[in-house]
Amino acid sequence: MSATSNATAESDMQPTSRAMMARTPALGRWLAWVAFVLMLLVAPLVFRSGSSLSLLSQVGTLMIFSLSYNMLLGQAGMLSFGHAVYSGLGGFAAVHVMNSATAAVGISIPVGLIPLVGGCTGIFFGLVLGYVTTKRSGTTFSMITLGVVELVFACSLMFPGLFGGEGGITTNRATGKAFWGIDFAQQIAVYYLIAVWLLICTVAMYAFMHTPLGRMANAVRDNPERAEFVGYDTRWVRYLTLTVSAFFAGIAGALSAINFEIVSSEAVSLSSSGAVLLFTFIGGSGFFFGPLIGAVIGVFFTVILSTVTKAWQLYLGVFFIAMVMFAPGGIASIVMAHGRLLRQLKFGRVLPVWLAVCISSLIALTGCVMVVEMAYHHMLQSASGTTMALLGVAIDTARPQGWLMAGALLLIGGAGFAYLKNPFCRVWDQAQAEVDPQAGALKI
Amino acid sequence: MSPYALELKDVYKSFGKSEIIRGAQLQVARGERLAIIGPNGAGKSTLFNLISGRFPTSSGDILLEGQSIARLRPFEINRLGLSRSFQITNIFHQLSVYENLRCAVLWSLGYRYSFWQRLNGLRDVHEKAQAVLEQIGLQRRWQAVAGLLSYAEQRALEIGITIAGGANVILLDEPTAGMSRSESDAAVELIRNVTVGKTLLIVEHDMGVVFGLADRVAVLVYGEVIACDTPANIRANPAVRDAYLGSHAAEEG
Repeated sequence: MSATSNATAESDMQPTSRAMMARTPALGRWLAWVAFVLMLLVAPLVFRSGSSLSLLSQVGTLMIFSLSYNMLLGQAGMLSFGHAVYSGLGGFAAVHVMNSATAAVGISIPVGLIPLVGGCTGIFFGLVLGYVTTKRSGTTFSMITLGVVELVFACSLMFPGLFGGEGGITTNRATGKAFWGIDFAQQIAVYYLIAVWLLICTVAMYAFMHTPLGRMANAVRDNPERAEFVGYDTRWVRYLTLTVSAFFAGIAGALSAINFEIVSSEAVSLSSSGAVLLFTFIGGSGFFFGPLIGAVIGVFFTVILSTVTKAWQLYLGVFFIAMVMFAPGGIASIVMAHGRLLRQLKFGRVLPVWLAVCISSLIALTGCVMVVEMAYHHMLQSASGTTMALLGVAIDTARPQGWLMAGALLLIGGAGFAYLKNPFCRVWDQAQAEVDPQAGALKI
Repeated sequence: MSPYALELKDVYKSFGKSEIIRGAQLQVARGERLAIIGPNGAGKSTLFNLISGRFPTSSGDILLEGQSIARLRPFEINRLGLSRSFQITNIFHQLSVYENLRCAVLWSLGYRYSFWQRLNGLRDVHEKAQAVLEQIGLQRRWQAVAGLLSYAEQRALEIGITIAGGANVILLDEPTAGMSRSESDAAVELIRNVTVGKTLLIVEHDMGVVFGLADRVAVLVYGEVIACDTPANIRANPAVRDAYLGSHAAEEG
């Protein structure tokens, strides 16, 4: 049974215990961690202004949140539509505890440790709500989470005392006790607080992936029935994984509350839950670091792009659909595929057609953006003049020149893409197959 | 203590109006290798699904080492020392061969739902997984993603996952289905080796495999065990010849 032809194609390497335990090259993994820490340290030195520090802080909290979401989606195969419940409630708990510090009979917890309050709140609600949601798996689980998030959101509007109604609850992060002599009036201090918690949480979630429960979560994702026949109650695996995940979500929610000094009902809403699903998927749920990329993209779309254009939600939606259709492994899988080719010095072979595809996509994208922006301007803002500035050029949306130009770009780019798609896929797939015959498989 | 590793007492199972298992009786002694044969649709796989807890029984009782398991869930039955394989390969397809085996041994080694221990630090898990890896002959494929293995390799892994937890009662559902002659011979050799000292129930269509491997053969026809005896006696049994072997031979002839 063992002597199959495939076995001979493999190397003659015997499985030593060391090699078996270290799946990825240890050096590369350490380099990645060092690079991550360096990035956390250097980022605020490069982006110094208050607004960019605030952006970085948002990226940090979203990173924790989407990593925690991926414990469900990527590792345990649980498509939750209600993960914001845990981060949001963690945020509300954090705000209440921070506000009670100034009250007469308050609990005084240093602001630096407030995220733990959020985390414990997450665990509590993970235990309570997760008990219901994880009873089922698959589509039923998704449906129940959808119900739970709507329930919690409705409750948040019903109890304005606790949740602050429409306006939310504000807090002041600077009033708490100084923590190791640091107070959090300055944005830079908040950034470093978030960075420290991000590092702790990332290490902890990475470690969780490599525990017996973490591995069994993968097993339950792949084949719940088989997991039951090797002795595991899949329901417990889901329940415990969700509770651990809710802990980290709660930390993210509390950090977000510290960063913004306000939490509103939106934090426990379906839209927040959907956003983290979107970003995690775009980043790549099949890889541990995928959600980190997803968080950066998420902040780019929701915070940066939304100040530039009214059509940002349209772009996000189109981008998401394009990812689902063309790169279901997310940005992380694209990065890994390029990394494999670069490491094995085979990128040169795909480079010409790769460049051609990139250029034609860029042309089509430019045309697409022009059409969208001109349409938005014409429909919504033409009362204040039909002329708009687009990429530094003044265009009159009432006249045909701009439209013709955009149409031409779309046509040229689209035709180029359609023409190049098949040759590109052929060359690309062939190169990938040579580099790694298992390239198509998930690597979590 | 019960003299039997596994005992079926008047087991019934119906899906809607159709009765699939109709009063099945069976006693399997400890350390015995028992093959279950029967024409298509006789309820062989259903019987396995009832024993392993995949479906609940409609009535009757199933005893594992004298303890009733008829109302237990699959994972509870597995923890009591009964493990099964599937007719259609049922593995963790996105995990590597090695990870498949580690998952299969974790519970039996007492790690339960631990999220405070490092999986790579658990020597006993590694050693057990590696031992099974050698038994099923997939040492060189340990890193391969299970879903990308060849069919015969997946079948070997299926058996590996089934035996890895160290269960005393092993149920194998058509382990050689779809295999070539030589693959099937290798599979029989593997099954013989990995089930030494264990109780084995095997559903099999290949009569060569059945008569080569089994100490006793049970014949299931329309949800009833019509005979259970040594291979030689089963061959000679006129009722069996009539119900199964005969008709089979007639078809082939």
